[in-house]
Amino acid sequence: MSILLDRDTKVIVQGITGRMAQFHTRDMMNYGTNVVGGVVPGKGGETVEGVPVFNTVKEAIAATGAEASLVFVPPPFAADSIMEAADAGIRYCVCITDGIPAQDMIRVKRYMYRYPKNKRMVLTGPNCAGTISPGKALLGIMPGHIYLPGNVGIVGRSGTLGYEAAAQLKELGIGVSTSVGIGGDPINGSSFKDILERFEKDDETHVIALIGEIGGPQEAEAAEYIRDHITKPVIAYVAGMTAPKGRTMGHAGAIISAFGESASEKVEILSAAGVTVAENPAVIGETIANVIRKAA
Amino acid sequence: MDIHEYQAKDILSGFGVEVPPGAIAYSPEQAAYRARELGGEKWVVKAQVHAGGRGKAGGVKLCSSDTEIQAACEEMFGRKLVTHQTGPEGKGIYRVYVEAGVPIDREIYLGFVLDRSSQRVMIVASGEGGMEIEDISAEKPDSIVRSTVEPAVGLQEFQAREIAFALGIDPALTAQMVRTLQGCYRAFTELDATMVEINPLVITGDNRILALDAKMTFDDNALFRHPQISEFRDKSQEDPRESRAADRGLSYVGLDGNIGCIVNGAGLAMATMDTIKLAGGEPANFLDIGGGATPERVAKAFRLVMSDDNVQAVLVNIFAGINRCDWVAEGVVQALKEVQVDVPVIVRLAGTNVEEGQKILAKSGLPIIRATTLMEAAERSVGAWKNDLSQATRVRAVK
Repeated sequence: MSILLDRDTKVIVQGITGRMAQFHTRDMMNYGTNVVGGVVPGKGGETVEGVPVFNTVKEAIAATGAEASLVFVPPPFAADSIMEAADAGIRYCVCITDGIPAQDMIRVKRYMYRYPKNKRMVLTGPNCAGTISPGKALLGIMPGHIYLPGNVGIVGRSGTLGYEAAAQLKELGIGVSTSVGIGGDPINGSSFKDILERFEKDDETHVIALIGEIGGPQEAEAAEYIRDHITKPVIAYVAGMTAPKGRTMGHAGAIISAFGESASEKVEILSAAGVTVAENPAVIGETIANVIRKAA
Repeated sequence: MDIHEYQAKDILSGFGVEVPPGAIAYSPEQAAYRARELGGEKWVVKAQVHAGGRGKAGGVKLCSSDTEIQAACEEMFGRKLVTHQTGPEGKGIYRVYVEAGVPIDREIYLGFVLDRSSQRVMIVASGEGGMEIEDISAEKPDSIVRSTVEPAVGLQEFQAREIAFALGIDPALTAQMVRTLQGCYRAFTELDATMVEINPLVITGDNRILALDAKMTFDDNALFRHPQISEFRDKSQEDPRESRAADRGLSYVGLDGNIGCIVNGAGLAMATMDTIKLAGGEPANFLDIGGGATPERVAKAFRLVMSDDNVQAVLVNIFAGINRCDWVAEGVVQALKEVQVDVPVIVRLAGTNVEEGQKILAKSGLPIIRATTLMEAAERSVGAWKNDLSQATRVRAVK
């Protein structure tokens, strides 16, 4: 199976009664995702898009056997919903919500460490577009049709920039095994390194594309991990060459506040680790195609 | 969100951090009067702006009489203070803080930050207070003490003691130092700060630990639960365009170039700026209009970008995922009819229904320059700007 989710993965949507959540629930179902229910406290017993709504995640799991969840809950309540999923036994959770307080995420991360690693929920996001394994399932808000099934694993912070990369690949006839958004927040559920580790073990992934941006230490940590542990070819692009220091560029985490956090420094660190860096966003697809050609 | 020094000190003293007596003033007369209220023989007059490096820039003056205070204030009020953190345009001085002078024995650096590596709050301290932390890391890295806080239980006394001893603070003052550290940590977590910096924290001649300066930054995403912090917002310290954008729910950062950008998504917006630079131009701004590109948002974005007089071309780059390109194109056409845009407009649409979108742009009769790829869009923007420049100088000269 692909990393994180598959055709059969049973999915619930937390906050399913919201307008955007309903829209994307329908979209995910149309793509083939196995959505089995939703959770909204106080709305248990209702039906949305043909699936039952439950009051708690525990009830939803008991009734449906759900393994994965998509959190579509407003920022003040999102951290609570993630912890509820972790406690109820959800295996994989994607949080779409943008604007969760950083300290709420610190609490979420600390809470998840209550569970031993083999029982700990995997979280990606928040503030991300989700995860897609083309042709199988989609857990998120990305437009499914811009991805071809294939063997490139994509991991990135940004939603639309990830779409840009996938569309360039499709144009070249290159497909994607799984694309994972880790989100634009300073404190996130999974890092680049966490996802790289999965792609390295995944038979369906032959080449890995990492799409980073300014701010934070995770690209540098990924570089070190790639150098020491990744045997598959890795291509990277880092956005924000023209971003000024000390300013937040849209994403709460996209701010250069320390040494090593600018785009040029990250590019240098990644190159030194043996990563092929796409010099500009217009050639991400082309760079990946070249690497595939060389590897073949 | 940033706040002023006197506001940070007021907050921190509520959490048990000791600060010197001080008073805020909005005019030179008020400053002199408030100094008399405070008493003593020496005062420090400090310009209240949202930036560090005030001392070197002339924003902090030591005074020993009414006349000196008045004179210092006359020089400050209404002026723009330019420090290494403000950029060349500087930040306006509209209030000063008058503080009683303190005899200083030792200066310490103390900072609380969100450490993204450990995903916890980290305390950074150094015996080399008074220097900027960047300079301390470069020149005296060995003097820095770091400690991360376990979020489930908060900052424990032993941990605070360890920091105090590592800094070589007189054991008689350990309890005071622990109180200071725990106070800062509680203020940080209870009020959702992203940064608390006390530089310097001083040990006075009479053995007290005082915060001589204080800086706090708050998590914008957590302001919903702290209306008392939102009250501290000072728009005089913000770029007016960025304030306007923030009030309209758009994410905008003004830059020095002349190609305006309207993009959906933060990553794609940065990537678009980078491509403009690569094509030989300079972006005028970062602007993320969010995932959905409704006609209203596109119109708002055009108004915002066009309010920058330096803008000589506008590049719209929208990746329509869930939204279809035809719908986005309608939005762009509608916005261009509503907002007067007298510079070249380059539109690149990608994603769902791109052909229909292109047709709508073509049929609109508006002089929109279309592009299919990101690189083409950037090149056409730079080309249009250079081309327009020669014509525009003529037109503007006639105006």
